[in-house]
Amino acid sequence: MQLKLKIWRQKNGKSKGKFETYYLNDVSPDMSFLEMMDVLNENLMLKGIDPIAFDHDCREGICGSCSMFINGEAHGPDRLVTTCQLHMRKFKDGDTIYVEPFRAKPFPVIKDLVVDRSSFDRIQHAGGFISVNTSGNTQDANATPIEKEDADNAFDAATCIGCGACVATCKNASAMLFVSAKVSQYSLLPQGKVEATNRVLNMVKQMDEEGFGNCTNTGACEVECPKGISLENIARMNREYLLANLKG
Amino acid sequence: MLYSTIFKKASMAISGLFLIIFLLQHFAINITSVFSGNLFNQLSHFMGTNPLVQFVLQPILIFGVIFHFVMGFVLDIINKRARGRRYKIYKGNSNASWVSRNMIISGSTVLAFLVLHFYDFWIPEMDYKYVKFLPENPDRYFEELVHKFEDITRVVLYVISFFFLALHLSHGFASSFQTMGFNNKYTVLVKSFGKLYAFGIPFGFAFIAIYHYLNH
Ligand code: HEM
Ligand code: SF4
Ligand code: FES
Repeated sequence: MQLKLKIWRQKNGKSKGKFETYYLNDVSPDMSFLEMMDVLNENLMLKGIDPIAFDHDCREGICGSCSMFINGEAHGPDRLVTTCQLHMRKFKDGDTIYVEPFRAKPFPVIKDLVVDRSSFDRIQHAGGFISVNTSGNTQDANATPIEKEDADNAFDAATCIGCGACVATCKNASAMLFVSAKVSQYSLLPQGKVEATNRVLNMVKQMDEEGFGNCTNTGACEVECPKGISLENIARMNREYLLANLKG
Repeated sequence: MLYSTIFKKASMAISGLFLIIFLLQHFAINITSVFSGNLFNQLSHFMGTNPLVQFVLQPILIFGVIFHFVMGFVLDIINKRARGRRYKIYKGNSNASWVSRNMIISGSTVLAFLVLHFYDFWIPEMDYKYVKFLPENPDRYFEELVHKFEDITRVVLYVISFFFLALHLSHGFASSFQTMGFNNKYTVLVKSFGKLYAFGIPFGFAFIAIYHYLNH
């Protein structure tokens, strides 16, 4: 297939940036989107043009690095996939494809399509952990019985890969889906309940300090999330947060 | 804590739910005007002269409305800023409904309506009671109401506003439950009931306006 690509180019965080147009022939429908980008970059390098910078690592939908906003949607038109799992067969011969970086104040552009998502790391550091005594008397996690439903919900929440598609998609650039998944994956389990109150308070505080917007429950995040993280997590986090404040 | 995003959202939801309850009460009284002018007069007279309603509930209501829309605008500005540079292509429609993405538009329409509505009923009422101190006539309310709806422009404006109110509530009702942390097996019920309320109540208000226009 033949494609016209309009790709955001930006030298660094300070420069203005603009769309550049590239043409690519002989794109196989079986390629992943990132493979298509690789081919484009090879072509560019042969021409002596600086290749397009984009994040990628696992290329199998588990690391969450491949952030691209493709034709107006995070990770492109497919559902429950990351950009590395998106195939070119989702596009048609002759299509024009716009590729932009994830846009949010707390995700500043580093170069081209690469954005700095360390705001997510700082939210994790604020409470996304459990404190365990590792001096040798650690209790076996399996010794604590956990209800199946809770275990399932915690596991579902834990599948969040921190990709940031929820923020990129949300019209308010809100990080509630991500943060609520991280809060839920611990607070649903007995091991995580110990620090649950401080966790939710600290993580939400950090989320606000990073400058993410306010959730308005449009539900766009849930649709675009490659891992299908549910809005129920946001409700759970709100519940925990409001109760935590009542407790003081 | 009061400045946290979640708390601001919760205050939006609580003020919204409060307005939803108020709207039900407002509707319950207004609908009586369709079948009994007398009953409508009695109820309006009670609401208009009861000190608890006038000096406690009414200020709370006005505070609630102002709080809700001011906070709505503030949050909308913060949220637009949180994006930074805007996307060239943004397919909002592909993952969220128009209504949920444009609460500020439906809300602003309702606000414009409220200005008209206050000018129509509330200001004359305040003028009558607390500025001119005219003697109370318990039978005046029904006539005043019918008189307002003789004007087709007003009826059309009201009906359009009720439509936007319905849109606002069709997202707002269920949304406020989600905000307050209520999302479980009953959420399907909340959503269905929310849609029923969101379209039913504004439709009822529109019906009242049209009814009086046709029967004056
Ligand atoms: C006076 C003009 C109004 C404006 C400018 C306004 C604006 C807004 C805005 C911007 C939101 C936030 C969007 C969101 O969170 O999804 C909202 C939510 C809401 N509004 Fe309004 N609104 C107005 C009137 C009303 C009225 C009259 C009612 C009820 C009768 C109402 C009920 C709600 C509810 C229930 C919510 C959802 C709260 C939540 O999502 O947690 N609003 N409004
Ligand atoms: S909630 Fe979903 S979209 Fe958001 S960071 Fe986690 S995996 Fe990505
Ligand atoms: S490269 Fe790891 S999820 Fe796409």
